[in-house]
This record gives sequence, structure tokens and C-alpha cells, in this order.
Amino acid sequence: MTKRRVIPGFGISMGFTITYMSAVILIPLAVLFLKAAGVGWAEWRVLLGSPRVIAATRLTFGLSAAAAGVSVLLGLLVTWVLVRYRFPGRRLLDSMVDLPFALPTAVAGITLTAIYGKTGWIGSHIAHTAAWVRDTWHPAGWLGEQVASWADFGAVYSPLGIFIALTFIGFPFVVRTLQPVMEDLGHEIEEAAATLGAGRFTVFRRVILPLLVPALVTGFTLAFARAIGEYGSVIFISGNLPMKTEVLPLLIVSQLEQFNYQAAAVIAAGMLTISFILLFVINLLQRRLDWQNR
Amino acid sequence: MKASLPIIALTASLAFVAACRKSAPAAGATLLNVSYDPTREFYADINVAFKKQWLADHGGTLEVRQSHGGSGKQARSVIDGLEADVVTLALAGDIDALHKEADLLSADWQAKLPDNSAPYTSTIVFVVRKGNPKAFKDWSDLGQPGVQVITPNPKTSGGARWNYLAAWAWAEKSYAKDETKILDYMTRLFKNVPVLATGARGSTTTFAQGKIGDVLLSWENEAWLIDKEFPGQTEVVYPSISILAEPPVAVVEKNAAKHGTTAAAAAYLKFLYTDEAQDLAGKHFFRPRNKEIAAKYAAKLPALPMVTIDGTFGGWTKAQATHFADGGTFDRIYSAR
Repeated sequence: MTKRRVIPGFGISMGFTITYMSAVILIPLAVLFLKAAGVGWAEWRVLLGSPRVIAATRLTFGLSAAAAGVSVLLGLLVTWVLVRYRFPGRRLLDSMVDLPFALPTAVAGITLTAIYGKTGWIGSHIAHTAAWVRDTWHPAGWLGEQVASWADFGAVYSPLGIFIALTFIGFPFVVRTLQPVMEDLGHEIEEAAATLGAGRFTVFRRVILPLLVPALVTGFTLAFARAIGEYGSVIFISGNLPMKTEVLPLLIVSQLEQFNYQAAAVIAAGMLTISFILLFVINLLQRRLDWQNR
Repeated sequence: MKASLPIIALTASLAFVAACRKSAPAAGATLLNVSYDPTREFYADINVAFKKQWLADHGGTLEVRQSHGGSGKQARSVIDGLEADVVTLALAGDIDALHKEADLLSADWQAKLPDNSAPYTSTIVFVVRKGNPKAFKDWSDLGQPGVQVITPNPKTSGGARWNYLAAWAWAEKSYAKDETKILDYMTRLFKNVPVLATGARGSTTTFAQGKIGDVLLSWENEAWLIDKEFPGQTEVVYPSISILAEPPVAVVEKNAAKHGTTAAAAAYLKFLYTDEAQDLAGKHFFRPRNKEIAAKYAAKLPALPMVTIDGTFGGWTKAQATHFADGGTFDRIYSAR
């Protein structure tokens, strides 16, 4: 404790850090787990093992991962355009990226439902195309079911609708984590690689991409974490059908509506545990990547 | 000594938080009425009329504030500390919860006002597209293949529970209480439901604005409200049998006592039974309890056979446990699909 630090007042700042973390994160989470611990193991198993919860878990985590993955691709492209090119309206485009952060999620959900629904601008085309696919190729099984639903309702009230909403809310995270890294990149290394005989694709794959990967992983993690907990926009676009388009946060809310606080806490605790493990693994992975890049 | 600083900071913060808790507002002549979604316009009118009445009787001004939302969610807000003086909710079960979960009022609250503490009633009807292209006449038509039925999720919406029980009541009568056949009908019905919105208003939007579905199961007052908002696009169909919905009202005794508004809150709810308020109810498509005033609105709100929660389903607590709790009939319908 004798070593002098750049910023004085370690004790006070640490105290506030602990207080803040406790008040905002640790205490609410502890209360949640305490509430969940109020029921026995058998009930945990019944609650978390019910087919509906399992179906919702698959849907929530699967679609969140898919949406975060697509957000990474889209985000990479958008960031590249924003950072590397100069064009009129660039700043406007740049600030528009943040809109999904600022928009109340319910508004986003209702708007997306209107646009991608059967009567909406984009949804009507999707419904039209899906109807054609259905009547021409008669796809069977899961895909057939999806195509039939798209033909009836457009992109909404199906897993695709949830996916669209999750991509919408997730993609700004990727852009905003990627942007500063890409801005720092500079043209020099690309030029150096080019003088050494690397083609365009090789430069991108071997030089630029490795430098961006840590930021991409962070962006993915943020978008993924946000998507898992998303409720406001999803419930409007998903249709909320048990076993089909029901997400975990909705199951938690429906338990609350029945004054079933403990069951809600159990599902939430289960969900948090999976999320925590996934995020932890991603973090570990990122450390390895960072280390490899050094 | 330095290590103690974090602890001091922590204690200081906690003390600050504790100090903040003491500043509960002492509202003098203000009532907070926590209600459910479709009553918004009705209570806006009631409050104006009641204020006039209060001024004439007591000579003072009185402010009534409103809060609206899904009935179950509103009950939960009150349990979690929203300081409502009166609640006017969609079902007795939600007010029962105020007693059971937080002891905010006595168990016999429903006996304190006439007519099960429900000054107006409503029922569940069908809303169909203009000209009724798929010819919906009764509940049996909802279970036919090739039609789309819009109703919210009974797990999250009070209105949806009435819809569900109305369909069940018809099936029980038609299939002579044969539970396999009733469940089969309910399964067929819910196979035709493409979207389960979380609340009644959400379903209305899906049907009226999103143009999804052939028939919407709806509160009667909401059905006529759609007709007003989207004139010439929909029609209201009355089935052969429906359910008598009694949206109850109650004083949240603990909160009112704390605010010193017990008398005002009681007067407010009593006012709902006066001729003036009953007439306003009819105007907003709720069925007035007062027979003479109800007769005035009988052309728009016709008489039809209605079952009751207590008579057919043994009260809300039982209906909730049988049909909507985890593993109830609603869950069974969906696991059978």
C-alpha cells in the first residue's frame, strides 16, 4: 500500500467501485438467486426441464447467436464503409447507427412488425416470394413450415421475425466496438503487405482481419448478450407461440403475471447461468486470440 | 487504516439510500386509480364527472390520477408498491392477489359493494372482417380448419382468460362436459391461433392494423371501439353463448388509510353506481348494472345467454388453477400440438 499511484485516493475510489457494483449488479443478482434457491432441486428440474422452457432456451440462444453472427458481418461492412470512405452524408449515416440504442425497444418491435408484416413494404414482397416458393417447390419439414408461415404473415410471427429484431438491436454494438480499432489501423501495413506481393484478398485475410478479430469478438459478445435478454421488441414480432416462437424472457414475464415470483426467478437464474458460462468462454477465447496476435 | 476507507464509503452510501426511503409523499386530496387497458376513455369521463360531484358535496377539489396497463401487470405493480387508492381491474383474481400476496385489503373485499363489486359488466364477442366473409356464427366455427383466430396469451392477459373460458363454456355445454372432446375442441381452436399477443390491446392491433386473422376474440367494449376507430372495416358477431365478465373495483384499504383518502376512495367507487356514471358506462360500451339504463343501450349491447365464473368455473382461484397455472388445460393444449 505504500506505492504511489498516478491517481490518488485508491481507497475511496475502490470503495465507490464496490458500493456501485454491489448496488447495481451484485445485490440484485444475489436476491435473484436467493429467491430461486427457495424452491427445491426437484422443482428446479421440473421447471427448467419442461419442454416449453427447453424449446424457448434453444430458440433464444440459437437465434441470439445467429443474429450476433450476422451483426458481425453487417457491422464489419458498415464500419469499413464509414471509416475508409469519404462521401457526403457520412456523418449522418454514422449517427444513424446509434438509433437502435436510443429507440425504445417496443417502438422498434412495432415498427419492424409493420414493415415486415404481410401488409408492410418489405413483408409483402417476402410473403409473395414465399408463396411462390411454397407453390413451386413444396418444401417439406421444418423449412416447409417456415415457408408456409412467411407466405401467410410475411417475415413476422416466426423465428425469422425474432432474428430480424435481434439483428436490429445487436448490430450497433459491432460497429461501435470495431470503429476505433479500424480507425487506428492506417494504410501503411496494407501498403507494406502489397509491396511484398500480397493480393487484395490476402491483405484482407492475413493482415487486416487478424487485427480486427478481437474487436469483432467483443462486438459479437455484446450483441449476443443483448439479444438473449431482449424482450420489448421481440414480443411484438415473434407471435409468442409456445414451443415455436416463445423466447425465454417472455416465459419469465408470464410466470410473473401469475404471481409466480419463484418460478420466474428459477428460469431467470438458469438463463443467467448459461449466459455467464457462454460469455466467460468467449472471454477466454478472446484472451487467447489477443495473446496469439502479440 | 487505509483499508477501512472502502468500508466507510460503503456505509455512507447505504446511509444515503436509507435516508431517501423516508420521503414517501403525503398526498392530500389525490386519488390514484389503477385500472386495466380498455377503460382509459371511460375513466377519463368518470373522473371529470366525479370531481364535479365532489366539489358540490364537499366543497373541495379532488384530483384523480389514472394508471392503465394489462390487468395482471397492474396488480403486480400495486403489490410491488405502486400506491393505488382504488383498483378497477379486469378480474377478481387480480384483486384477490392484492390480498393474498401483500394483504393490502381484506379478504371479503368483494362483498363491500353491490353486484360483486362490479358496477358494470362486459362480455366476450367476435370481431370479423366487413361482410363476415368466412361466415362466423358461433364458437364451433372457430375450430374449423382454414380460419385464423386472434386472441392474446391467457398466461399474460386477463382479457385472454375470459376469451378462453367463454370458449370452454360453450364446449362444455355442446359436448356435455366430456373433457376429452372439450380439450379436442380447444386444441383445434388454438391450432388456428397464429399469434399470441401479450395483451388485449396487442391482439386488437394485430387484427385491426396488421390485418392478420379472420376473427378476433375481444371484450365487447373493445369490439365497438374498433368499430369506431376503423369504421366500415369490421363487424361484431354475438355467439350463442358467452361469459359474464365482471370487472371489479375495490378500495386498497392499506394505501387509502395511509394517504387519508379512505372516504374519498369509497365515495369514488360508490359514484360508479350512480345514474350518471352508469350512463357513461353504457356510452363507453360497458353493460350498466342499472336495468333502466341498460335498457337504453340494449340495441347496441343485446342480451345473450352468459355463464358466470362462479357458476360454471367455481370462482377465479379454481379457474386459474385448473386452466392457466403451469400444467393446466392451456399448457396441455400446447403440449398436445
